[in-house]
Amino acid sequence: MDSHLSRRGFLSQGLTGISAAWISAHWPAVLSAATHARKAAQSASIAKFEFFTPEQATEIAAISSRIIPTTDTPGAHEAGVVFFIDRALVTFAKDDQKLYADGLHELQVRVHEMFPAANKFSAASLEQQDQILESLDPQSPGGGRRPFGQSAEAQSFFDTIRVHTISGFLIDPDANKRGNRDGVGWKAIGRENEHMFMPPFGYYDKDYPGWQPNPTAADKTKS
Amino acid sequence: MTLDQPKYKTTDEVDFVVIGSGAAGGIVAKELSENGFRVVVLEQGPYLTEKDFIHDEIEVLNRDFLTNHPDLQPNTFRKTPDEKAKPQRAIAYGRLVGGTSMHFTANFWRFHEIDFKERSKVGPVPGAALADWPITYADLEPYYTKVEWQIGVSGQAGASPFDPPRSKPYPMPPLPVKSGGVIFERAARKLGWNPFPAPMAILSQPRPGRSACINCGFCLAFACEVGAKSSSLATAIRMAEKTGRCEIRPNSYVHRIELDANGRATGAVYFDAQRNVQRQKAKAVVVCANGAETPRLLLLSANKQFPDGLANSSGKVGKHLMFNSGALSVGVFEHPLNDYKGFAVSRILHDFYELDPDKVGFHGGGGLDARFDQTPISFALGGLPPGSPRWGKGFKDVLSHNFTRTVEILCHGTSLPVENNSFSLDPDLKDAWGLPALRMTYKDHPDDVKLSNWLNVRAAELLQAAGAQKQWSFPAGEQEFSVHLLGTCRMGNDPKSSVINSDHQTHDVKNLFLCDGSSLVTSGRGQPTMTIEALAFRAADRITALAKRGDLST
Repeated sequence: MDSHLSRRGFLSQGLTGISAAWISAHWPAVLSAATHARKAAQSASIAKFEFFTPEQATEIAAISSRIIPTTDTPGAHEAGVVFFIDRALVTFAKDDQKLYADGLHELQVRVHEMFPAANKFSAASLEQQDQILESLDPQSPGGGRRPFGQSAEAQSFFDTIRVHTISGFLIDPDANKRGNRDGVGWKAIGRENEHMFMPPFGYYDKDYPGWQPNPTAADKTKS
Repeated sequence: MTLDQPKYKTTDEVDFVVIGSGAAGGIVAKELSENGFRVVVLEQGPYLTEKDFIHDEIEVLNRDFLTNHPDLQPNTFRKTPDEKAKPQRAIAYGRLVGGTSMHFTANFWRFHEIDFKERSKVGPVPGAALADWPITYADLEPYYTKVEWQIGVSGQAGASPFDPPRSKPYPMPPLPVKSGGVIFERAARKLGWNPFPAPMAILSQPRPGRSACINCGFCLAFACEVGAKSSSLATAIRMAEKTGRCEIRPNSYVHRIELDANGRATGAVYFDAQRNVQRQKAKAVVVCANGAETPRLLLLSANKQFPDGLANSSGKVGKHLMFNSGALSVGVFEHPLNDYKGFAVSRILHDFYELDPDKVGFHGGGGLDARFDQTPISFALGGLPPGSPRWGKGFKDVLSHNFTRTVEILCHGTSLPVENNSFSLDPDLKDAWGLPALRMTYKDHPDDVKLSNWLNVRAAELLQAAGAQKQWSFPAGEQEFSVHLLGTCRMGNDPKSSVINSDHQTHDVKNLFLCDGSSLVTSGRGQPTMTIEALAFRAADRITALAKRGDLST
């Protein structure tokens, strides 16, 4: 599994007793750049792009829609992930501008190689799109034959857009990062779009009678 | 920030300068200022308040909104002293007023009696510098109670048959149980163990100026926007400010403590926000900068009298670093738990706190908790079962199914003190202020890894007994990163083998005191902050007594 990105990979290397925050040490450098956009308001003119050309935005939207597709629940498209990525690339992920520019170019080359009839990624069939992404995913079986990164450690275009898509789908909708529009990403994973909850929280604590002393309370102090 | 804060001049010789405003520094400042002393707290980070605290995972988890930033303050890591250390993030701590108490999980276990006298009870452990504390659990008990009542800890006294004696119940009932807690409790009972409500430094009932927990779900790693988490900011710092004698001075990065001709500390030298060097004069200095930055500051303060670091005649400054060991098992259940709501932990157990080395074949002990401490992005990137799809419909399906149905069993345990495990100054790498960076040297004692894996087998048994539909465990390995930074200026009676005495006074410099995770002699079983805060209450009592006797002015 992707130990680079994953807290679990991190934990399996031995981190313990601690937790989620420290994924920060292992999230891709991708997400750890430059200025931040907290104050940049989630503007009403949501269709305006700050980094991508409309043509690029179409490709990015198509890729992110295969990473988190629309199913019976909303996907990256409904969450406005392309707008999140666009804003990211002029704010906290500024350092990834070149990675995206190069990545889109390589993507185009890959489309021509694999499916010459499709002029661009967004014009390929969904099955073809998945095959193209599989070929770019360094961790998918048979994938990664042409990594975009400069070295083995460098974050690939696919990994970067994967992490950005997931982030844009699930970021706090109030974070002013243009992601998770209307909280649809949270709804898709079963998280209510609220910041205040009352018990009972879930199925198993619904009928909980309250803590009772253990009837066979151990007198042992050693196991 | 209250209006009652005085503004001292750096040339005013205040009674105490306290370096660091976290779990220990806040309490030391509160107690000393309430006892009538004039106090300046120097905090390297900014002064943020509730209105600043956000749920933006990218800013908080990924861009160090609340924590030390590796670009500004990088560190290096190596496993053993014969290796050349490489830049690699090895620590995270809260770098703001309130310190790490701003974003901790808030598990507030007291240490047990065994933690203070383990060396005499079990004898020496090969490869470890295990030592008894110069104080006992009984000495610290009144101060644990102070923490619970003054700072605010929720819990249920008497619920664990393994708990050490206590003089008073908790001031408020436990937080509500989560579904993961119910699952944990039922399964543990089935196995004959003794689960109980977790003692947490989070309010289950409101207090003046503070809300009870609203279960927002952005808890571990995030700072609380309603003051329900009993951080130093929400509690001790505000009490200290109310005395009118304590100034909290943020953006003040202390890098040197100077001595006069008589070998007494004269105050603290720091960079202000503009990176100008300032010197705050004080009659005495208390360093509460955490188990990494406290030893670093002493090492940075080397002088003619102490060429190996201030108050380091023992050579033990920075040594005996302990993290706490641990491991993780995860389960997915049939129905939604919705454990994303609320604080992280509602049930724990201590049946394995004191294991018999002759039976299990290693030294130490620990506890288990049921938790869900993940927020949506971190869960999507790291919370799915090994081998899950990483994108596409398959990924979305697993993510959508598991987010509400996952609970984690986290094992917490002993770290044995090993002399080589340490913080020192990196000979090459510098921070953004041009100061030598921290270098961490750390390799878990083999018993710590064995313990973690043993506890993890118990965690897996528990998930099985609970009827998890899917479960997996991460084997414990040698750790290279921690937020628990313990033991690096240990307390002891012998000036040759310890840095501070039981009054937290350095053996070498009479008016220099250290109190934070660095003071710990043993690691306990995983949750050090309660003990750090109890020590801070006690240290302030001891320091006050010494000051009133005139012992600091000679």
